[in-house]
Amino acid sequence: MIEEKSIGALAPEIPVEYEEPELFGLMAEFEEHDQLLAATRRAYAEGYRRMDAYSPFPVEGLAEALGHEHSAIPLFTLIGGMVGGLGGYFMEWYAMARLYPLNVGGRPHNSWPNFIPIVFELTVLIASVSAFLGVFILNKLPQPHHPVFNVPEFERASIDRFFLCIEADDPKFNVEQTRKFLGDLKAHKVMEVIE
Amino acid sequence: METIQGSEPRLPAPDKPYPVTVLGYPAEMIGPTATYAKVSEQVAGIPLKHPNPKFWFIGFTIAFSLFLMLCGAVSYLIYRGVGIWGINIPVAWGFAITNFVWWIGIGHAGTFISAILLLLHQKWRTTINRFTEAMTLFAVMCAGLFPLLHLGRPWVFFWLLPYPDTMSLWPQFRSPLVWDVFAVSTYFLVSLMFWYLGVMPDLATVRDKAKTKWKKIIYGMCCMGWRGSAVHWQRHQTAYLLLGGLATPLVLSVHSVVSFDFSVAQLPGWHSTLFPPYFVAGAIYSGFAMVLNLLIPIRRIYGLQNLITTRTLNNMACVTLATCWMVVYGYIMEAFTAWYSGDPFEKHMMWDRAFGAYGWVFWILMLLNCVIPQLLWSRRVRTHDIALFFVALSANIGMWIERFVIVVQSLHNDFVPSSWAMYIPTKWDWITLFGSIGLFLMLQFLFIRYVPMISISESRELIAQRKEGQL
Amino acid sequence: MKTPDPAPRLDLAAIRARLNGARGQQYWRSLDEISETPEFKEMLQREFPNGASEWDDGVSRRSFLKMAAASLALAGLTACTKQPVREILPYVKQPEELVPGEPLFYATSMPLGGYATGVLAKSREGHPIKVDGNPEHPASRGASSIWMQASILDLYDPDRSQAFTHDGEISTWSDFIAELNEIAREQQTQHGAGLRFLTETITSPTLAAQLDALLKKFPQAKLHQFDAISRDNVREGARVAFGELVETQHRFDKAAVILSLESDFLYTHPQRLRYTRDFTDGRRVSGGKQEMNRLYVIESTPSVTGAMADHRLPLGSGEIEKVARRIASRFGIAANSASDTQDPQLESWVSAVVGDLEKNRGKSIIIAGESQPPMVHALCHLLNDKLGNVGNTLFYTEPAEFRPTNQLESLRELVQEMNSGAVQTLFILGGNPVFSAPVDFDFPAALPKVKRSIYLATDFDETAALCTWHIPQAHYLESWGDGKSFDGTVTLQQPLIEPLYGGKTAFEILGILFRQQPIRDDYENVREYWQSQKPGPDFKTQWRRAVHDGFIAGTALPEKKPGLKTEAITAALNSNKSGGAELELVFRPDPSVWDGRFANNGWLQECARPVTKLTWDNAVLVSPALAQRNQLTTDDVVELEFNGRKLRGPVWVQPGQAENTVALQLGYGRSRVGRVGRGVGFNSYLLRDSQSLWRSAGLKITRLNDRQHLVATQTHHNLHSPERQIYREGSLEEFRSDTQFVKKSLDQPANEDTLYNTDEYKYEGYKWGMSIDLTTCIGCNACLLACNAENNIPVVGKEQVNKNREMYWIRIDTYYKGPLDNPEFSHMPVPCMQCEHAPCELVCPVEATVHDHEGLNLQIYNRCVGTRFCSNNCPYKVRRFNFLWYADYKTPSFKPMYNPDVTVRWRGVMEKCTYCIQRISRARITAEKENRLIREGEIQTACQQACPASAIVFGDLNTPGSKVAALKTNPLDYAMLGELNTRPRTTYLAKLRNPNSEIENKPTASS
Repeated sequence: MIEEKSIGALAPEIPVEYEEPELFGLMAEFEEHDQLLAATRRAYAEGYRRMDAYSPFPVEGLAEALGHEHSAIPLFTLIGGMVGGLGGYFMEWYAMARLYPLNVGGRPHNSWPNFIPIVFELTVLIASVSAFLGVFILNKLPQPHHPVFNVPEFERASIDRFFLCIEADDPKFNVEQTRKFLGDLKAHKVMEVIE
Repeated sequence: METIQGSEPRLPAPDKPYPVTVLGYPAEMIGPTATYAKVSEQVAGIPLKHPNPKFWFIGFTIAFSLFLMLCGAVSYLIYRGVGIWGINIPVAWGFAITNFVWWIGIGHAGTFISAILLLLHQKWRTTINRFTEAMTLFAVMCAGLFPLLHLGRPWVFFWLLPYPDTMSLWPQFRSPLVWDVFAVSTYFLVSLMFWYLGVMPDLATVRDKAKTKWKKIIYGMCCMGWRGSAVHWQRHQTAYLLLGGLATPLVLSVHSVVSFDFSVAQLPGWHSTLFPPYFVAGAIYSGFAMVLNLLIPIRRIYGLQNLITTRTLNNMACVTLATCWMVVYGYIMEAFTAWYSGDPFEKHMMWDRAFGAYGWVFWILMLLNCVIPQLLWSRRVRTHDIALFFVALSANIGMWIERFVIVVQSLHNDFVPSSWAMYIPTKWDWITLFGSIGLFLMLQFLFIRYVPMISISESRELIAQRKEGQL
Repeated sequence: MKTPDPAPRLDLAAIRARLNGARGQQYWRSLDEISETPEFKEMLQREFPNGASEWDDGVSRRSFLKMAAASLALAGLTACTKQPVREILPYVKQPEELVPGEPLFYATSMPLGGYATGVLAKSREGHPIKVDGNPEHPASRGASSIWMQASILDLYDPDRSQAFTHDGEISTWSDFIAELNEIAREQQTQHGAGLRFLTETITSPTLAAQLDALLKKFPQAKLHQFDAISRDNVREGARVAFGELVETQHRFDKAAVILSLESDFLYTHPQRLRYTRDFTDGRRVSGGKQEMNRLYVIESTPSVTGAMADHRLPLGSGEIEKVARRIASRFGIAANSASDTQDPQLESWVSAVVGDLEKNRGKSIIIAGESQPPMVHALCHLLNDKLGNVGNTLFYTEPAEFRPTNQLESLRELVQEMNSGAVQTLFILGGNPVFSAPVDFDFPAALPKVKRSIYLATDFDETAALCTWHIPQAHYLESWGDGKSFDGTVTLQQPLIEPLYGGKTAFEILGILFRQQPIRDDYENVREYWQSQKPGPDFKTQWRRAVHDGFIAGTALPEKKPGLKTEAITAALNSNKSGGAELELVFRPDPSVWDGRFANNGWLQECARPVTKLTWDNAVLVSPALAQRNQLTTDDVVELEFNGRKLRGPVWVQPGQAENTVALQLGYGRSRVGRVGRGVGFNSYLLRDSQSLWRSAGLKITRLNDRQHLVATQTHHNLHSPERQIYREGSLEEFRSDTQFVKKSLDQPANEDTLYNTDEYKYEGYKWGMSIDLTTCIGCNACLLACNAENNIPVVGKEQVNKNREMYWIRIDTYYKGPLDNPEFSHMPVPCMQCEHAPCELVCPVEATVHDHEGLNLQIYNRCVGTRFCSNNCPYKVRRFNFLWYADYKTPSFKPMYNPDVTVRWRGVMEKCTYCIQRISRARITAEKENRLIREGEIQTACQQACPASAIVFGDLNTPGSKVAALKTNPLDYAMLGELNTRPRTTYLAKLRNPNSEIENKPTASS
């Protein structure tokens, strides 16, 4: 723990200055999803990479336009499914035939036909769970705040507007040029996104 | 069926308030005037603005009081024991298991609509899947209640869960009852995840439309800060599709497993290889009937005709009719097998089913489940929501009675005549049944009050597609 | 309080000894308590005078609770887990003293209807928990009756009377002693002119000696005997036939043909157990033996014996004499039956029977029932004599009773004297005459006219309520005594426990009355008597031997050769005439509550009556034909009118009942009885007058539009389809021509018909199995009650039985076959089958029911969660479920009754038969201690042990030459529902009947 004295000692050395709000990126607003798609393709062709598009419903090809060919979700699911199925059978076999090998109705200890339903259910369950979690892990959700929310117009991103946001840390980013570029995409409006 | 596909031309029909397809089926899947903003406003408006509060409060009060009755019945049950029901030896299962099977069956419509129809590209499902998925969840909750309550010692139910409990003993995995535990809980969890994935973006819509701070915060938390990023959408869609693919065999398996509770036993009337498909068909049948029973009034009260169109109703009616016939086929095959097997027990069971002490129940079942639904052959009935409502109701009651007949009638005349006996439900049986319906409706009301009951984002897709002239 | 005898002085040494040896209740308050002086108990009783006096006038809930408190205090003080003061002798030699956890067996005897039956009582930690037959006793041979099994419940019955009462006020033993002295002094002067004794049938030598002495001391005193289930007709019959009273001893094992004229010798006869054993021995077909006896029964209402008949003829009780005469006339006895109307069917039947009897001269028995008039008995004696049976299949002896008389007349005389005021002091030693005396005697009215009426009984019943004194009687397991069995064998009775409620015995009362000083207790009285009988130095050893064995060997009555007075009989025949064909009313002792003395016994009330399967009720039994005629259905309430007396009761339509016979069981509708028997059934005694003790014509029956639901455990008596492989039977002829006929009638699956490897479990150690012989099972319920007592099975009550929730682990199914008016009866005891492929186990989600390595289908109560799937999947429906909290944990007096080796099951768990696994493990422990295998016959299941027909055999299938293994190879052996491939360990031997080929069509009751 820090003693007051040391804080007191440090205090005067802290420079008292006002910090400029840092720019996160520039955002263009569109009215139709195909405009957004076109714009995104243009921007990608222009060489922009660090950018993202926002739409109130999934727009086919948009992610690809941003350079995201395929997601890892199916892999998650496959692994999950296998774990579930094999793990399930092992559990049943271990409990019924190894841990407590009881004579139940004269059935063999490893009566596999009776074990199938649970194997199936567990396959589906674990597979689904991993797909579901995959979405949140890869999307880094939950994430209550994000700079784009600072744009008042952005609330329509979940209603009827489509947005393209080119982020400031993109190597090719330059406030004037990028704003001009976006303006040329007959965007409905171009806004600054503050960090 | 070609005509429920989404891509046929629409013709104006002078005698009907809606455009029709070449075959004369209603063509609209979403109202012509719907736009992104309107849909968002209309659907998100229900949780935010809460229109028609009177209807909601009256309905909720009724449901809630039924639910309180359930609580009372359950407390007394725990206090006295299952002896307060009409069960006995030989009929050791009565209403509890009947209700369980019935509720699980109802729970099938949701996942069927959202998963199987999703894979089949049935776009008309779009406006009802959210609602039916919610219904599924609630129905499964009600169903899950009964296997617990019907135990002689409910407080040790956890011995059925797969972990080494007392003396590190595991459950007996050969027992269909343990399969049930897995099937039902898997079904519930998968449905829940599926439903949540779907509802997440719409919660974002509500968040953004909400005026007050608290609503923004709460809905913001519920949607986990969804912002509709294209990459997110991509993963979301993949997962959604995968879950759909996984849920499809699951939905078929759940009622199969439930049917094992009976068909694995060797009791005449239970021991039948026909059961799994026959149960699944019955499940979807009663599920669709229940969806209709819930949607038709809500659609009118909240004026959602433009989203849940006559076409949607019509298509659901068609599915109901189809599954109805699968069930009828099941009945016929049961009788045929009994006769063809020449087994004295089977033969007697079948005879007793139709002409025995519970014969009258059987004939009511035939009327409600097989005869009345034939009205659905008529397009007028299919497109007339009130008529449709009552047909669906009859199917619902019919399916409950079917389960009753399977459970009770088969048991009451089994192998050894000396132990034959009747099962007479007590008032506690009835209270528990209606109480569970109360619980179901209560949850349903809370859902429509606080969650967008129609998938807004998917409706937007429909609108977009229509703009591109794909509809 | 003036009492002539000073309190016994405290024996400190004894007290110290007692404290050292004390088990159970260890705390004591004072020396008085430990020494248990009567004064101390009096002091205690005086603490609850109100509660106690309330007890007399009907039990309000409050007053019952008070009394419960009182009795609890008393029970606590008498320390019910304490050994009696007197030395008693364990049956087994080795542990003379009590080893905790080890049961001790004592031979004692149970009196019923006056006759004693030797029993072995099982004691754990000092309290008796089970009663079974004494294998060495000639009247039991180890078999039990339901009453024997249920008597243990009577012992612990909290409703038993627990206090002396005088004019309805609580009183004490010493007050009563004072009263006795008073009486003695008073009667001394008038030579006992006002002194009367009313007892049940007496066989006890000690009591007999005491009464003799008393009647000598008070020459004008009189002894009267009365039993509601009286054997007067038998006595009178003998009197007619021989001019003297003789008892007939039958040897059914030697009989090839038996004709019973309404004699229920398997169930209601005093010698029932012995007769059942003999009869079934003569019927069992096993090994090479292909002979079996043939039983003809003529009776009015189906009885246990009737249900066993190869040919049963339902006939009005009044008609039977005609048939008897007809048969007699075939043997050249002028029985003038010519006048009677001829019924061809009946004729053919009779001639067939006669032919059969002819063929089997010297190998037949004709026996008449208590309900038949003396004439019929006389004819039987005559016919048996003509057929040369006397000396072969039956012989005569002196009666075992003390002073046998015509009890009805004896009671009539007493009542007259009571009304005339001649009786000042009346001792009633048991029997509850107020309830059971013929209604026209109006005993209840006569009793109050007696100045002093002293009533000794175990319960505060109808009679106690009207007597000036009531003395609680000690249960037979609480007191010393003796008695004779039917064949005269002297049987000794030793207590296993101190009287729970301070009960007394007749010996003590009469002892004091006879000779005031010194007070002798039951032990001293009995021992003194026998000492006087067998003086000499070796008495002590003889006494030990006798008490140890429970009876004195070789005291059976010697054979007697009375001269048959043929002409007297024929003379009587001419004078005698028999009843007409109008509606008749017959009375029967109830198969469960007997004459009403067991009305407060829950086990007996709940066990399904043989044949009718009724529980918790009696009914008006009518024939289907009569029901049709009067539009009666079961549950209809009817009004019976007879001799101006009226009675209402629900109808039970009973197949096999004679058309014009209406049958009533006695013993129900008790007005003054404990909580169990209250409000159960209606009182048939209200129609039973001295003219119609058993049977009378001229009954009027009218249907009231009211219904009362009768509860039976079995409502379907029809197998619906012979294809149901449940019950298998055939005739002896069939069997002789093709021994495999049973196997051929079944299609059992080959055991290979399975996906699974079938020999994964080969039971190489012990392999328990059971075989039940349907040919010999008489459906007497003894197994059911034995199982009940052994396994702590709860009583659930009428309402729950009505909901099909009875808990008995073994049930006896009865199926009817053939015409409604005269069906064949088939009994089938059904316990758990212990299937090797148990359907129940497969579906249990928590392994609460699994197999052990010896093939037992176990039920683990504390693992069961109660899904009940096992029961649904059990094709035999032998599993029982605790739907509510059935077990009685509360009643303090029942706690010592439970078998400590068996869990008392709680609410919500499934339970069922496990071949008395506690007995198996006990035997295994002993065997392992002695480092040997369990011996054949070392384990008997409770049902097997009780079965008087030895129809149930249990044992190890792997022991070569074991009885059960042999029976499994018997061609008659079959598995119930074997087609389901459940591979039951319990299998059945198909029932064989031995019909007479000359009788094809069965005549119905029409005459």
